[in-house]
Amino acid sequence: MTQSEIFAYLQTSFPDAGLVLDETQPEPLIVVPREQLLDVARLLNADEQLHFECLMCLTSIDMGEELHAVYNLYSMKHDHKCTLRCRVNREDPVIPSVSSVWATADWHEREAYDLMGITFEGHPDPRRILLPDDWEGHPLRKDYQPQKEWHGIPLEAVQPEDLEKKRENG
Amino acid sequence: MSEKRELNLPLGPTPEKMQAAYAAADQMPGEFMHVQMGPQHPATHGVLRVEIETDGEMILKGTPHIGYLHRCFEKVAENITWPQIVPFTDRLDYCSSMNNNLGWSLACEKLFGIEVSERVQTIRVLAAELNRIANHCVALGSYSLDIGAWTPFLLLFQEREHILDLFEELCGGRLLLNYIWIGGLSHDIPDGWLKKVRDFTEYMKPKVPELNQLLSYNKIFTERLANVAVIPADVCLQYGVTGPNLRGAGVKWDLRKSEPYSGYETYDFDIPVGTGEMGQVGDAFDRYMVRVHEIEQSLRIIEQAAGRLEKMPGDDVQAAIPRTFAKVPAGEIYFRTEQPKGELGFYIVSNGKSKPQRVKCRAPSFSNLCVLSKVAPGLLIADMVALIGSIDIVLGDVDR
Amino acid sequence: MNLFHQIPLEIRWVVYVVAMIVFVSLFALFAIWLERKVAAWAQDRMGPMETGGFHGWSQTIADMIKLLLKEDIIPDAADRGLFKLAPYIVFTSSFAAFAVLPFAANLIGSDLNIGIYYIVAVSSLVVISIIMAGWASNNKWSLYGGMRAASQMISYEIPVALSLLVPILLVGSLSMQDLVKVQAGGFWNWTIFGNALGRGSILQLPFTIVAFIIYFWASLAEVNRVPFDLPEGESEIIGFHVEYSAMRFGMFFFAEFANMFLVSGVAVALFLGGWHAPFPFLEVSAETSLIWCNVIGTFWFIGKALILVFIQMWLRWTLPRLRVDQLMHVCWKVFLPFSFANVLIVSLLVVIS
Repeated sequence: MTQSEIFAYLQTSFPDAGLVLDETQPEPLIVVPREQLLDVARLLNADEQLHFECLMCLTSIDMGEELHAVYNLYSMKHDHKCTLRCRVNREDPVIPSVSSVWATADWHEREAYDLMGITFEGHPDPRRILLPDDWEGHPLRKDYQPQKEWHGIPLEAVQPEDLEKKRENG
Repeated sequence: MSEKRELNLPLGPTPEKMQAAYAAADQMPGEFMHVQMGPQHPATHGVLRVEIETDGEMILKGTPHIGYLHRCFEKVAENITWPQIVPFTDRLDYCSSMNNNLGWSLACEKLFGIEVSERVQTIRVLAAELNRIANHCVALGSYSLDIGAWTPFLLLFQEREHILDLFEELCGGRLLLNYIWIGGLSHDIPDGWLKKVRDFTEYMKPKVPELNQLLSYNKIFTERLANVAVIPADVCLQYGVTGPNLRGAGVKWDLRKSEPYSGYETYDFDIPVGTGEMGQVGDAFDRYMVRVHEIEQSLRIIEQAAGRLEKMPGDDVQAAIPRTFAKVPAGEIYFRTEQPKGELGFYIVSNGKSKPQRVKCRAPSFSNLCVLSKVAPGLLIADMVALIGSIDIVLGDVDR
Repeated sequence: MNLFHQIPLEIRWVVYVVAMIVFVSLFALFAIWLERKVAAWAQDRMGPMETGGFHGWSQTIADMIKLLLKEDIIPDAADRGLFKLAPYIVFTSSFAAFAVLPFAANLIGSDLNIGIYYIVAVSSLVVISIIMAGWASNNKWSLYGGMRAASQMISYEIPVALSLLVPILLVGSLSMQDLVKVQAGGFWNWTIFGNALGRGSILQLPFTIVAFIIYFWASLAEVNRVPFDLPEGESEIIGFHVEYSAMRFGMFFFAEFANMFLVSGVAVALFLGGWHAPFPFLEVSAETSLIWCNVIGTFWFIGKALILVFIQMWLRWTLPRLRVDQLMHVCWKVFLPFSFANVLIVSLLVVIS
């Protein structure tokens, strides 16, 4: 099935879910509201016609006002792909977790939380994954300001002059 | 040699028994030994930390902790221009830089609509397959070290050394290559290089049976790997385990065949899959053996590519490189390639500027490693070492 | 002989102890160098070539100096007393067993009438020191090493002792010299080939060979060599000496090589003719020349032991490591029944003949 066929199929299952097919990209995307994401994901995974057993990639994107989560799905059985996109407001970045549907999402969602600050509701282990547990901020956001120091380690870039000064001061 | 052994798990942990023990470990903190395996541990292949809960030598629970080698690849990529990212991809999985270069370049080329010449594609395939062999040499070599055999490690690194020498002549680098660029290559192949590649394939061909004789069918080695850390196909798909690990589970799946890129569809090669030669399908031995067979298949591809290049007239390998990347097409794209460790995908968001808006790297080792906590319960500590080695992770790839 | 016996016993002992310490130290230095060369040979490379000029002969000496000069680190949480004691015990216990090793007809520390029993008893002290080291380090990995060592070495004591019973049954003595003396007169008289001069006959040939094979493999486990090097297991648990540094670590290293020689020496004495030459004409009898008799005897003894040590090293650089359960499987389900059956059949044969 092509992306538009999958979209049509989903439309029949979720007639008033507010799914939108975004065809402006090189590969069309299906925009899913977060309320419906888990149901849509379950259907995509379980339905015999769709049978998306692989979550290839989960990407979080900072689009300014909104944070997006993009799910690249693939069905090995039918050899078709599908891209879901979930958009949430920057102030309220909560998306239901799909790790119960695809176990791959477990770590990818943790990474998205860690680096982009999107909270995945219902995630079994919602901790940071790459950064230390007590890190402040989410680095991949465009407005991220690194903290000044972490456990006594200065995090600002050290200028050569500063080093020179330090050396002179002993 | 290939007689099948009955499933004979150590100390007989049945799934029910394991489940009970697993639940008990959660409820009785302090009853079981809590050990940190890593980040400084010789078998974790870098700075991986696995928190294990053990009952004697048996692992009840294994939780991997990563991030010790996080170098902010994705954040850095947002602040540099498109071609500048190529050398950063070298450092993702430093054992297979060429394939990372290829993955990034192909993703960008697809986004920008760049077509490269057939000769460039052939050189790319040749270089990528050479690097695949080098990667598998590291994987198998360090695996033999994990199992306790020292000699195959050095022998395999010796073969890898020949490939690194070829790379040095090709592009000057040995480990970090920066060879495949968006739209072309950094250098054309030097004179007489193809002859050396031919010599290498001739030299390498008898080395694979030699390895099998020395290590693969060693009784102790097969005993250590057969029926150990079985990852069945459905678990692989669920957890996004790809590459030789998925093929070891018996799934005939290779992006070079199913979604061919760079003209892989024109080459004649097979996809080796795990057959349960020594025990169950998808055990550590199958994953090991798939890598051994992939070396043979890569040699076949290299020979074909070298044969084509010998006949092809020379051309400018940088002809398709855009003059400037200041203005590129906007859009989003996910492109995946078959890296030696699995599926390497790049999700690229371009807003038309000289720097990407967002780059997400779907690293193969990252997804492969997350299956560890699923497989760990019921293994012995020595099996844990066998598991980590057979997944073949590189922490540079996991932590990015 | 008279000259030898005129020296007071105490002085002879002191001389012998000093000579043994020198010998064991020199042997360990040599064996470490040999180990590297064997590794290099197996791995198609050169090994140490620089230090000392000729094939890096002084590399181990340089390493020993380095170990002596390094900082001795004792972890804060370690049990200091036990931590310091363990390396000495491991070295002492392996060294003590050298007292009854018959290097030549007259070259033996003490020809105890329970010599072989003494060796088995003393060399099992090594276990205690290894557990001590593993426990005192207060590190979970070293504790694993200690526990592995305990289970492994105690288990393998049994096949070792049982397979040593076979030559003892044939000869009817526990004294090391008695066990060697009956094997005189060429390699066909060695215990491994049935020991026709002893109490047995050619019928025992297969059983003595089996006993030797079991002893050799089980002794590999006794001294923690590949494929039974689980207590060390560099790539798994790093080993019981993970917290040791400097010369304390060096002591474990020394003891390992001393133990290697010890088990090889016992194998040579009991199975491979001890200080007897493979052919009678290569020997010098004590009547002809006491000095030469002992020199030649020592040569054959050490030479044969070195061949076994070489095989141990060769195996180390060839084979992977077993897993814990497989190790126990080999011991309890393979070695033990075979050695029991062996002892039974040999004793029957001895009774019949």
